[in-house]
Amino acid sequence: MINHTVAELISGLSEKQFSSEELTQAFLDRIASLDGSLNSFITVDSDHAIASARKADAERAAGTAPALAGVPIAHKDIFCTAGIKTSCGSRMLDNFVPPYDATLIKRFQANGCVMLGKTNMDEFAMGSSNENSFYGPALNPWDKDCVPGGSSGGSAAAVAARMAPAATGTDTGGSIRQPAAFCGITGLKPTYGRVSRLGMVAFASSLDQAGPMARTAEDCALLLNVMAGHDAGDSTSATESVPDYTASLENSLEGVRIGLPSQFFGAGLDAQTGKCIDEALKVLEQRGAILKEVSLPHSDLTIPTYYIVAPAEASTNLSRFDGVRYGYRCEDPVDLHDLYTRTREEGFGDEVKRRILVGTYALSAGYYDAYYRKAQQARRLIRQDFLDCFADVDIIAGPTTPGPAFALGAKSDDPVSMYLEDVYTLAANLAGLPGMSVPAGLVEGKPVGLQLIGQHFGEPALLNVAHQFQLATDWHLKQPQLETGGVS
Amino acid sequence: MSIEQSDIQSIAELARIRVSDDQLEEVTERIQSILSMVDQLQAADTANIEPMANPLDATARLRADEVTETNQREAFQAIAPAVENGLYLVPKVIE
Repeated sequence: MINHTVAELISGLSEKQFSSEELTQAFLDRIASLDGSLNSFITVDSDHAIASARKADAERAAGTAPALAGVPIAHKDIFCTAGIKTSCGSRMLDNFVPPYDATLIKRFQANGCVMLGKTNMDEFAMGSSNENSFYGPALNPWDKDCVPGGSSGGSAAAVAARMAPAATGTDTGGSIRQPAAFCGITGLKPTYGRVSRLGMVAFASSLDQAGPMARTAEDCALLLNVMAGHDAGDSTSATESVPDYTASLENSLEGVRIGLPSQFFGAGLDAQTGKCIDEALKVLEQRGAILKEVSLPHSDLTIPTYYIVAPAEASTNLSRFDGVRYGYRCEDPVDLHDLYTRTREEGFGDEVKRRILVGTYALSAGYYDAYYRKAQQARRLIRQDFLDCFADVDIIAGPTTPGPAFALGAKSDDPVSMYLEDVYTLAANLAGLPGMSVPAGLVEGKPVGLQLIGQHFGEPALLNVAHQFQLATDWHLKQPQLETGGVS
Repeated sequence: MSIEQSDIQSIAELARIRVSDDQLEEVTERIQSILSMVDQLQAADTANIEPMANPLDATARLRADEVTETNQREAFQAIAPAVENGLYLVPKVIE
């Protein structure tokens, strides 16, 4: 059961091959046997999961069940869950039990999905390795000496290790796509505003976007059908109509134009990873796609622009954590100033504090024009590069990351070298475009991902290309060998 | 742009984050390395480019001025560090 895709689980449940309770118990058992070492969950609530599964089974028996009823899923610990701890990977929220559910959580509940637990992540989604989690890093199931990527590293590791058939993630600069690539799964960051941000702890509000992480593009389409849609409670939620994302999967790639930006294939790309991407592109070409060279001339502005915009917005968003209304409060504050400054010193980890400080600097009087305003101008240039490309091509393709997963500790002492990991993923967030990572090969036994970037609200085209690629390849079926003796 | 330890102290004060004396040197060094990286942006030609705050150029939507939320004070205060008689408690501010 644990090896099934979401699509297979839906038919297995509807054909009564197994109950949701049996299925949920199988994943809970798998988590119990593997996650002691992989650390991909922060919270597992078995009682809650089994109760939800029984409810789904009863609904199926009564013939009133929604399509995904009884399908287990893991949620990143950034989504507020009423009555269940939502830590965001931080000491600041280690004691935080939200009084409400995020819109995304409500949508999965309304569709009958069973929540297995809440997954590990870099603190406040700031990181590319999961090493910034207050709960210690999740490990990469393909190589436990390596990081799973971040910030949605726990979600990626859980799906790769078959501890969940699918998971949710969030992506502010690559936090769905990079861990999906490192763990050999399929991940989709939708267009900015496509999925509600209500109840999703905010990092950088003009960049944050939630999306699905699963084994296949088809599963991502099924999950996006649940997640996408307007929410009056999120002021930047998109009002565009939501298509059935599975409808485009079987379209032919004949004549689909795929742009290859020269800047994504430069000196920074690991040679073996580059070879995997070239092979993947040949597969798409064999299925009828037309490959065209394109250019993103402002690519070199991407990293500095992102590392001004994101910290600036983070410094504003994270000002709410003040030790007064919820979350951590320092012991014995002598006065209000001490309460604020010591709560935030003790409650936040080093990387979060660095980004708040950088953001505060970039927004402070006398520096605003040189940093924040300048970055917002550069952001427009970066988006325009993509819009210009889309006059000639339907989607853009390249590597998700410069190479496969790196070793734990390899970059954690040097923030700037960690930031360079996101070189290919940041631009889609700055431009608000949807992006995907699809398993495209193994380098020294570790997965690498093909990145696809689409036009605004072009998720159907991305999912189509990804699905057609997966019909022709088996990289998404490969799985890590784990010491419980493989998979039942 | 070069940043001094005293700059870090004043930013930290603005951000209400205490940075202890023994950490000041390391924090300054790391913030400096980040600022040196983002300073690459200064060379970009952005003359006459309108700043972009939202990738879809969306602006804040207005809604009807109607009460849509119910009072949940007790649920919210149940997770607060310190409350009394429906009020959030903080150290004394006015002597």
